[in-house]
Amino acid sequence: MRSQSVGWLFLAPTILILFVFGVWPFIYVMVISFFDWNSFAADPTMRFSGVQNYRALVFDKGFLMALWNTLKFGVFAVTSQVILGYLLAQLFMKNFPLKGLFRTVHTLPLMIAPVAVGATWRLMTVPGLGPIPYYLDKWFGYEFLISRYVGQAFMTTVVMDIWHWTPLVTLTLLAALSSMPKEPFEQAQIDGANRVQTFWYVTLPMLKPAILSAVFIRLMDAMRTVDEVWMLTGGGPGSATRYIGLYIWRVVFPKTDYGYGSAMSLITLYLTIVMCWLLYAGLVARRDLKRPE
Amino acid sequence: MTRPRPLLSILFWTVSSLVTLFPIYWMFVVSAKSRVELFGKPNFIITTFFSENYIKTLTDPTFQKYMFNSIVVATTNAALVTTLALFATYALTRYKLTGKENIFFWTITNRMAPPAAFLLPLFLLYTQVFVVGDWKLFDTRTGLILLYCVFNLPFAIWTLRGVIDSIPSELDEAAFVDGAKTWQVIWYVILPLAKPGLAVTGILTWVFAWNEYLFAATLTSVHARTITTGLAEFVTVTGTNWGQMAATAMLTLIPAIAFLALVQKHIVAGLTFGAVKG
Repeated sequence: MRSQSVGWLFLAPTILILFVFGVWPFIYVMVISFFDWNSFAADPTMRFSGVQNYRALVFDKGFLMALWNTLKFGVFAVTSQVILGYLLAQLFMKNFPLKGLFRTVHTLPLMIAPVAVGATWRLMTVPGLGPIPYYLDKWFGYEFLISRYVGQAFMTTVVMDIWHWTPLVTLTLLAALSSMPKEPFEQAQIDGANRVQTFWYVTLPMLKPAILSAVFIRLMDAMRTVDEVWMLTGGGPGSATRYIGLYIWRVVFPKTDYGYGSAMSLITLYLTIVMCWLLYAGLVARRDLKRPE
Repeated sequence: MTRPRPLLSILFWTVSSLVTLFPIYWMFVVSAKSRVELFGKPNFIITTFFSENYIKTLTDPTFQKYMFNSIVVATTNAALVTTLALFATYALTRYKLTGKENIFFWTITNRMAPPAAFLLPLFLLYTQVFVVGDWKLFDTRTGLILLYCVFNLPFAIWTLRGVIDSIPSELDEAAFVDGAKTWQVIWYVILPLAKPGLAVTGILTWVFAWNEYLFAATLTSVHARTITTGLAEFVTVTGTNWGQMAATAMLTLIPAIAFLALVQKHIVAGLTFGAVKG
């Protein structure tokens, strides 16, 4: 019938671009990670060092702290986003006036550049200008200063992430909810299931793939957050919000420790994949085992 | 089934919308005030519009250059990505290519990797490997346009797959029987039917390219800097000129908002990354 070669011809430019700008750098980063290479060190040449970079990572307190903070940030932000996103999606399933307008408003943060999101939240929280520190101080006598208090800086980055990304979760779950068949719900009602039972045994299992894909996308994004946090806190106070993406960036660019930075990038990528896999195995495989006949 | 209570739900959505909009509104307020007006008690009402923040930004030649670069990069990238993705998706859905499922999955994985892992190799490739004589890919708009394909192409292919799958292949078969060439089938059969999907894909890829910061900041230095890097420079260079920073931020988000208003009806399908199927 139609010749395969035309099909390959159509695919060729896409494969070429993804190969040159996606695969090639990836192979490059793998190679560099086995070398000792710092272009501003006393010896700026590449020297093969085996797994030395990877061994150093395990004892790097800064790296481990950054990893731990990123994990905390990801868990807090993604959990809140899934719960909030589910509630909003469920509410959007009802009919009410001006639904289109409200949905557009709730999609808005998603469209904004992460750098601009960081700028927005900086304007909200900067002392002497932002309304948040002003009113917390005036109404509750609470000192809000994200450039000094670690916990406040952390919470502000989490809240900013929730504001920015909950719409994505809402839209994902909304799409899944609207494509669900009605029969199981009617059946559950006939069988006399209450709301909690319907949610737990009907809605949740059917929504699981959508929830999982939202969690994966968001978790991967949270592990690589740089722009917003950089604009909001610059990684501070101290290194409290220096999440892993920022940490790698600092090692690679100002410090030009190329080999070490590459090893760090690969380990972070690997940990992200493992985390998603564990989540998948824990949530999907286990429930499937327990499912009654 | 609960009784519909329109007043209660409108009240809820109004409050929720105000919370969502407040940070953006506050930025607008800051952008419309002079430095003196911003001191002391936060004032949420704009009495006089202090346009100097915007005029200063818009007449600044550096800003104009950044804006121009952003427009060129985002537009070219969106056009390139949408075109390439249309052909790629057509090939992946309509031809019996060996291993096409693997190719499809492989394109998606390109979107998963953390950009921080790619910054260094790309920086080295752009400054040392992709060099022809005096010309380097570093600090060029072309460099950014090609690079943004890495995260935009997978997204576009993923979105367009659903669109092209939903066009019945009997239509192309009929056209082929009538003696049409492949390009004619794509131009006269696929293109008109896929237009809404293509529009959404094009607009969203445009917004993604427009919003990108990390690569633009690392892989450009003077000539090809984009508006997002310009905005980030405000924090480090002129840390206290909040009004002008807010004005710049407002200018970066206006196109995104305008596009959102255009495509909001189709966006639910476009932004779900195929989750609908699950």
